[in-house]
Amino acid sequence: MFSEEHKNYLKKVKRQNKIVIFFKIFIILAFMSLWEICAKLEIINPFLTSYPSQIILTIFDLFKENNLLLHIWITLYETIISFLLASIIGIIIASILWSSKTIFRILDPYLTVLNSLPKISLGPLIIIWVGAGTNSIIFMALLITVFTTTVNMYNSFITTDPYKIILMKSLGATKMQIFSKLVFRGNIPSLINTLKINISLSLIGVIMGELLISKQGLGYLITYGSQVFNLNLVLTSIFVLGIISYLLYIIIDLLERKIK
Amino acid sequence: MSDNILEIKNLSKIYHNEKGEMLALKDISFSIKKKEFISIVGPSGCGKSTILTILANILKKSQGEIKFNIENPKIGYMLQEDSLFPWRTVLDNACLGLEIRKEKTEKNKNKVINLLKKYGLGEFINSYPDSLSGGLKQRVALIRTLAINPDILLLDEPFSALDYQTRLSLSDDLKRIIKNENKTAIMVTHDIGEAISMSDKIVIISNRPGIVKKIIKVELKNPGTPTENRKDSNFIKYYDMIWKELDNHV
Ligand SMILES: Nc1ncnc2c1ncn2[C@@H]1O[C@H](COP(=O)(O)OP(=O)(O)OP(=O)(O)O)[C@@H](O)[C@H]1O
Ligand SMILES: [Mg+2]
Repeated sequence: MFSEEHKNYLKKVKRQNKIVIFFKIFIILAFMSLWEICAKLEIINPFLTSYPSQIILTIFDLFKENNLLLHIWITLYETIISFLLASIIGIIIASILWSSKTIFRILDPYLTVLNSLPKISLGPLIIIWVGAGTNSIIFMALLITVFTTTVNMYNSFITTDPYKIILMKSLGATKMQIFSKLVFRGNIPSLINTLKINISLSLIGVIMGELLISKQGLGYLITYGSQVFNLNLVLTSIFVLGIISYLLYIIIDLLERKIK
Repeated sequence: MSDNILEIKNLSKIYHNEKGEMLALKDISFSIKKKEFISIVGPSGCGKSTILTILANILKKSQGEIKFNIENPKIGYMLQEDSLFPWRTVLDNACLGLEIRKEKTEKNKNKVINLLKKYGLGEFINSYPDSLSGGLKQRVALIRTLAINPDILLLDEPFSALDYQTRLSLSDDLKRIIKNENKTAIMVTHDIGEAISMSDKIVIISNRPGIVKKIIKVELKNPGTPTENRKDSNFIKYYDMIWKELDNHV
């Protein structure tokens, strides 16, 4: 049995949880209603801002007539491929840099430049080199994500406790064993953080690519919508995009919980 | 001389960096017999840890001879930090050395489980290190060191991160475990009392470069546990002797 004090404590925790859930839902509902009402009463120009009920209708329309699922799938596919490639390549480069101080010292300035260069500036070049298609988009998203991954993972690899490394050496561990049993294993929490950043970076890269190349995907719908001045389409695409990025985040979050 | 398990002759170590070189150890010589317990004392920075890291094969010596009178000597190295991996259970931490050497057989694993049980960690076998006190963690670290069945244990200030109370009881435990398991040990310590109460021999190193100032054989009237030894009538004699040696060189 719990003490009276503990019961009160539990009550308080429960009440706070309820408040949080209430306001989470309240904010979105209030925002949606306000938007809907203001647009209906023409306080704001519904042609420019659209409104929730119309967005829902547009989603259904797009499903039927414009193959919305295909566009969502294309965007998701490009995001996942570039996310996986960038994460794997970044981790491999980071491990190589960790394994050799010399290689790190040689590559350090290049990495710094590549990491800080705004990759969008390479867009037109990439389109010319790789072609105006899915590959270009994946490549652009990859470029945006891979250097951050490398730098983040390398920086966390080198913070490994030096005493633990000495311990591994004293037990006769090879460099490979030190890496797999200690350096990599010990940095799984920062790996998960990096993956969380990567999923949104890849999505940013993909959308940027689609805006430029404009053939398929949600980025294309946004460009197309703005070109024909169908702002309702633009807002609907952004709305769908928001839902997708939230779902992707949740997937990584679930992964994190499973590992813990 | 054949009963010496390890002989060190004229060991020197130079540290290098871009600014220059530093002679850390010069002509260090001493030897240790099987089942002996030796302590190394000396002022901070005189090179005590350097000796152990060279013996543990983590650093290269510059000059001199290190002769083990056994084939393929196995060395157990234990530091002030317990360095337990927080993502491994107590048992998996203790088995780390076996895993690295690919010797984690069912039989060896059971040996480790028995060691853990024997030395009061039975109920924590599947716990994570976070839930253990500092003293218990250090005990797990000792068992991790013993698990690979080392011929010589090297202990670098194994208690200095602990509070005084835990320190005393853990030195009793450590001594008992090392004796029970028939181990040979070299321990570095700052604490003169710890050195006298635990060791058969004390090597005093002086500052810099580190050279062997004196080697003292400890002979107590009634040797017992380290805590009991601190009350031995010879204890204070050795204490003064070592204190004077160190004082000259601070
Ligand atoms: N990797 C290294 N590179 C250069 N100098 C070093 C290195 N490790 C230790 N030293 C220097 O060598 C000397 C001896 O160091 P060591 O750690 O062996 O001393 P110690 O006796 O263990 O000291 P303490 O009692 O503080 O632990 C010190 O002056 C130290 O600064
Ligand atoms: Mg030291």
